[in-house]
Amino acid sequence: MRALETILVAKGLVDPAALDAIIDTYETKIGPRNGARVVAKAWADPAYTARLKADATAAIAELGFTGRQGEHMVAVFNDAGTHHLVVCTLCSCYPWAVLGLPPVWYKSAPYRSRAVLDPRGVLAEFGLVLDPAVQLRVWDSTAEMRYLVIPARPSGTDGWGEEALADLVTRDAMIGTGVALMPGSRNAGAAAP
Amino acid sequence: MNGAQDLGGQMGFGPVAPEVGEPLFHAAWEKRALALTLAAGAMGHWNIDESRHARESLHPVDYLSSSYYEIWTKALEVLLLRHGFVAREELASGQASVVPTTPRRVLSADMVPAVLAKGGPTHRDKAGAPRFAVGDRVKTILIHPSGHTRLPRYARGKSGVIEMRHGAHVFPDSNAHGGGENPDWLYTVRFEARELWGREADSNSAVSIDAWESYLLEEPA
Repeated sequence: MRALETILVAKGLVDPAALDAIIDTYETKIGPRNGARVVAKAWADPAYTARLKADATAAIAELGFTGRQGEHMVAVFNDAGTHHLVVCTLCSCYPWAVLGLPPVWYKSAPYRSRAVLDPRGVLAEFGLVLDPAVQLRVWDSTAEMRYLVIPARPSGTDGWGEEALADLVTRDAMIGTGVALMPGSRNAGAAAP
Repeated sequence: MNGAQDLGGQMGFGPVAPEVGEPLFHAAWEKRALALTLAAGAMGHWNIDESRHARESLHPVDYLSSSYYEIWTKALEVLLLRHGFVAREELASGQASVVPTTPRRVLSADMVPAVLAKGGPTHRDKAGAPRFAVGDRVKTILIHPSGHTRLPRYARGKSGVIEMRHGAHVFPDSNAHGGGENPDWLYTVRFEARELWGREADSNSAVSIDAWESYLLEEPA
């Protein structure tokens, strides 16, 4: 990798400062905190939820989250009877603009192979056992549409502001391999997962 | 192509293993691999579909035994060689020695925020109207193309229902091979798990894919 970079820089094809800027963007600016803000706003603001359902790309852009691997967004909403799970069986498509770079397991063969064939088994490996009566919807990202799961709002959060709500939204809840944290959970406030 | 990348429904890889304390990168070189892939792509000589095809064209043993950033790096070398930006002797020696193709653009640090914030939208204007409506029953075509496709094997020749329409988008099957964008109507199609996996499958789950109109046939009611 160092050799390839050396060659490309020597030829003037890539600018090392641009490489640093790309890395800094995904290390410090774009991550699951973005998506958590979208979810918290959807929980707190029914008008925003309506816009998110009608045109997720535009609604997410309202919060300033646009661009690479988030050009065309769809939001899918969990409720008491439905759970959504996102995968890319063919590569590693993932909504970077709202979740940042995907974790290794999301790009791995075990997840990509079984999320479509045995999604309830996969969820169980994340410690999430769904009631068989809950319909499971799997979204395989085979085009440039990127899916964001809006988890169900935890009970006991009436009247909470968006900042506090966002602390309950984990990255895995927005992929569908988890659910939102309960108020008072030890992990509330942790960035991820 | 029926490459190692088409993983949906394969078996034997074991359980999903989320890491504890999961770092964003696992080594310094991974950061450079990410950034080099994006910066080289920004030269504008290949598109995301050609990139994906370069990755899935790795030998299946190589693909399955490589980490994802290794896959990206190996495919990046293929693309740089193919488009005349590096030569094999340079990859062997680690030294620049051959005059490259003149890039259309070199990404500078000040361009990075705008380029990443814009991304690469694939929606295109297209005359006419999509053939299918939400709720229509469709059947996917049965194909085994040697080139790039985004119709996974597990969803070929299967009956489903149009769930969403997304307008016209760049068609990867041609765009990956220099065949042009040929925008085609894009849909989300929902399949019941039992249609995809048989009678033993969960009766209360469904899988959706995004499919271009040319992947779809009308299914009589």
